[in-house]
Amino acid sequence: MPRVSLFVTCIIDQLFPRVGVAMCQVLKRLGYTLDFPEAQTCCGQPAFNTGYCEEARQVARHFLKVFRDADYVVIPSGSCTAMITRHYPELFAGEPRWREEAERLIPRLWEFSQFLLEVARVEDVGARYDGVVTFHDSCHGLRELGIKEGPRRLLSKVRGLTLREMDPPEECCGFGGTFAVKFPEISGGMGRTKLEAIRRTGAEAVVGIDSSCLLHLRGVLSRAGLTLRTLHLAEVLAAQ
Amino acid sequence: MHGAPLAQIRSTLEDPRLQEAIYKASGRLMDHRRLALDPTELPDFEELRAQAHLIKRHTIENLDYYLEQFEARLKARGGQLFWARTGAEVADIVLEVARRTQARLLVKSKSMTTEEIDLRERLAPHGLETVETDLGEYILQLAGERPYHIVAPALHKTREDVGELFSRRLGVPFEQEPEKQTKIARRVLREKFLAADLGITGANFLVADSGAVVLVENEGNVRLSTTAPRIHVAVAGLEKLIPRAQDLAVFLKLLGRSATGQALTVYTSFLAGPRRAGEIDGPEEFYVILLDNGRSKLLADPEKRQTLFCIRCGACLSHCPVYRKIGGHTYPWVYSGPIGAVITPQFQGLDEAGWLPFASSLCGACGEVCPVKIDLPKLLVELRSEVQKARSRQGENRFEKRAFRVWAWVMRHPRVYEILGMMASAAASGDESGDWLARLPAWVNRGPLAAWASQRDLPPLPERSFRQLWRAGLEARER
Repeated sequence: MPRVSLFVTCIIDQLFPRVGVAMCQVLKRLGYTLDFPEAQTCCGQPAFNTGYCEEARQVARHFLKVFRDADYVVIPSGSCTAMITRHYPELFAGEPRWREEAERLIPRLWEFSQFLLEVARVEDVGARYDGVVTFHDSCHGLRELGIKEGPRRLLSKVRGLTLREMDPPEECCGFGGTFAVKFPEISGGMGRTKLEAIRRTGAEAVVGIDSSCLLHLRGVLSRAGLTLRTLHLAEVLAAQ
Repeated sequence: MHGAPLAQIRSTLEDPRLQEAIYKASGRLMDHRRLALDPTELPDFEELRAQAHLIKRHTIENLDYYLEQFEARLKARGGQLFWARTGAEVADIVLEVARRTQARLLVKSKSMTTEEIDLRERLAPHGLETVETDLGEYILQLAGERPYHIVAPALHKTREDVGELFSRRLGVPFEQEPEKQTKIARRVLREKFLAADLGITGANFLVADSGAVVLVENEGNVRLSTTAPRIHVAVAGLEKLIPRAQDLAVFLKLLGRSATGQALTVYTSFLAGPRRAGEIDGPEEFYVILLDNGRSKLLADPEKRQTLFCIRCGACLSHCPVYRKIGGHTYPWVYSGPIGAVITPQFQGLDEAGWLPFASSLCGACGEVCPVKIDLPKLLVELRSEVQKARSRQGENRFEKRAFRVWAWVMRHPRVYEILGMMASAAASGDESGDWLARLPAWVNRGPLAAWASQRDLPPLPERSFRQLWRAGLEARER
């Protein structure tokens, strides 16, 4: 079995370590040897999306150095994965050495659900979760990586789980990185609109592949006094 | 954020009636589009988009050639072409035509280009009456407002709003049925059409190989505006060119479907030159005014020039969760939504409109629906970078810039990153309440943290980060 290097993302490392733990459990169950390069921090997206490309490049170079020799990099985030696979090449348009470095790594780098389906080639990871959930399509996973059916296929194999889709299904939750703090009222308003879509499903938990969206949604839910849970896909798949 | 109209943003967010009007109307546009673009309806949608993008790119990259060709073909058909650098020059040309032909009453069809240059307002002081003949635009003219949405200008008006407006401005009894309201407007406008000397339109496409102006519409007001008066003046941005009439097969399939979910709009007019001998209708004189107004400036940048590919379908507005929250009038110019956030800073400068590219969650819905595949999210990010560079030069983002420098340094020093994380965790330790942020000292709980907390709670910070759990041996820590 090849070795899987985990990039847990800064948000999960600092705020939701249990998501990282859950991902480890699922991957170990499938027989992978795991590795956590401890020099990892962030992919650089916050700077990139705020218009600070030089600062983003500095952090991106660090990322590329840390994961240079990995067989596989698995990331429990569509947004961070898209930052690397979609935006590193353009970020390093003027630095051929780093651009090549990025392009060498990109084929070995996977968002968690995509890794399960396309590399490990499993749909049923032996999970059990009793309850009704809805699934939040996070925008970068959906529109930059084309992640739509994959997580649903994985969820459909979880024993005891019922999935109820939102309407509208694909509208942004309003997180948007620094947008959330630059335009808090708009971001919060979008979150509350999303909340209504979640509530209409009658689900008791909302599942997603990005802890950043879930952080925002969780905060909006909590502020509204709702007890709905937010769960990363890895947490559901780790449950037994 | 600096420059953003916060009061307007808040008042729109806090107006439930307005929010409902926007969500309902834009939701309808989204639903209609989705049905019209269903693969059973239009299996080659993606190919058409790609083709439309390539045609636009080719045209914009060879604009000099096609502009000259258009001018020559238009003249050969008896039309006349004017070039205008600014809105003031457009107004001067129209005034000159009106003076020479003794025109006093102008009927106008819906056109974003004329809205962009405030043409009506520019003509008014010279004794010319200009009447909007598109129902939505007519409503807004009576209300003294500018369009809320590119294809649905009065999207924010409820039927009650319109009923009250008609009753107040036209002295008719209050009427809230849209059909009856339409009849009222029709009665007024029909008289204007018959009395008008000059018709002003925009242009959806200018066809270079045939010198034709192509206009799409649903109400028949373009037909009347271009046939009833003696003179027709079309005002068009110079990016409206397409090379050949046959290219319309691509664009017409995309435009109606993307805008309103119609396979084709009710009327599509091909207008090339004035009435010729033996023809029963059409104007005696036919003019096209080509407007630059900042467009040529965008041609220089190979990436950003795709802004000029826009065919004004409005799909990116209807699908934008930010537009749906803050509404069309919060944007500083007539172009709203994602395309407005890209057009306005480039046309009007980064100082005034620099906040616009930041007012986006970068969800990508706009890029996904754009029928000519303008990479709107990418342009938004590029413009953010330009805005930051401009602000750095003026020292306006000193604090934020420094914060990101420090952040980037910390992210390259994993030990420092870890220690800072531990400190934050200690500061919030043991607090399960979710409002631990509020109890931090005021000098910490400000800026981004306070902005976050204004809308949402933060989860309790975990005692140990993932890396600490990993180091301690995950197995022992697994729940």
